[in-house]
Amino acid sequence: MIRARGIEKRYGRRRALVPVDLDVPRDGFLVVTGANGSGKTTLLRLLAGLAVPTRGSLDVGVNRARLGFLGHEPLVYRELTGLENLDLFGRLYRVPEHRERIGMLLERFGLWDVRNERVSAYSRGMTQRLALCRVLLHDPELLVLDEPHTALDEQGAGLLDRALDELVGSRTFVVSTHEPRRVERLATARLVLG
Amino acid sequence: MNYLADVAALTRKDLRIELRARDTLPAMLLFVLATLVVFHFALPEGTGDDAAYGLLWVAIVFTALLGLARAWVPEQEHGVLDGLVLAPCDRSAIWLGKTLATLAFLLAAQVIALPVFVLFFAPLDATALAGVLLANIGICAVGSLMSAMAAAGRARELLLPLLLLPLAIPLVVGGVGAAISPDGGRFLLFLALYDAVFAVLSWASFEYVVTE
Repeated sequence: MIRARGIEKRYGRRRALVPVDLDVPRDGFLVVTGANGSGKTTLLRLLAGLAVPTRGSLDVGVNRARLGFLGHEPLVYRELTGLENLDLFGRLYRVPEHRERIGMLLERFGLWDVRNERVSAYSRGMTQRLALCRVLLHDPELLVLDEPHTALDEQGAGLLDRALDELVGSRTFVVSTHEPRRVERLATARLVLG
Repeated sequence: MNYLADVAALTRKDLRIELRARDTLPAMLLFVLATLVVFHFALPEGTGDDAAYGLLWVAIVFTALLGLARAWVPEQEHGVLDGLVLAPCDRSAIWLGKTLATLAFLLAAQVIALPVFVLFFAPLDATALAGVLLANIGICAVGSLMSAMAAAGRARELLLPLLLLPLAIPLVVGGVGAAISPDGGRFLLFLALYDAVFAVLSWASFEYVVTE
């Protein structure tokens, strides 16, 4: 699914990612760890197609319609409600019967009761849950998740863990984390940066 | 059809955000009205209408600049632009949606500002109004692209006027020409040509502005 050879990222003279080789098979689960500033986020942005490597070759075997990306930012509009955000992305991703899928995801991540409230009124944890709904909305084949447990309370983290448990083995994952213990049991490969 | 549906959804989203946040349109309205009032007192008595038409265009360009400076703010908050760029829709739909929303804000400001101009300064005939409409399209089309470029930089407040004002000069020439020239139709044709060329260029190049 993903094959990278010597991919490196520089911004001017600053090196954001040291050269990395990577092979992630279809339905694999790669856990990326490393200290702050080691290049985890940069690597995930390269894999998602949001940045281009300065050097090396990178082949990701899905197009962007089949990719789900969770970044440091939740990638949702503050002034729209949770429902309106998912409706917009459901349309842009051409999700069939997206209203039903949105309802199911909001219910699952405990946001149904606040679906008509603006995201600006959500707590950081609720916003992260909504971001997870957005990532899963179009049922992606490849999930690139940058520290997905960030800001989630125990209940939210538990909901995420259950979603990961269900999808692992039938989807390909690249997950960066500062809490490897949460995803260690799912990992088929590990990469330590830094 | 999918393309138009995407554009409609993205435009609707911007209008909805503005209806709730009221960040952009009230500022544009206040700015254009304040500018016209200042010009009213600054312009010496007995100055001809031609000078007033020039001042109208100063007000229009800077009002548009104010709206365009805020155009991508909702996308910058929470990094939403990355989400839009990753969506499988044609990326030019993002630019077109933003252009249409900015055009709607500019038109809404002008619905108030143009009658005030007529009241304070000089009449506006059909040719002058057609010039305003065509110049609006041009400035929003180019401005949405320049604003996206500026938003990616660090000094975006500084960068946008530097990028946009040189490109807006032909629009000012066309707009003022349409208002004061006896052969205003020629200037309207010039503005329409500018709109067509720069809209196509902006439409085609937006993808390269929002991706590496």
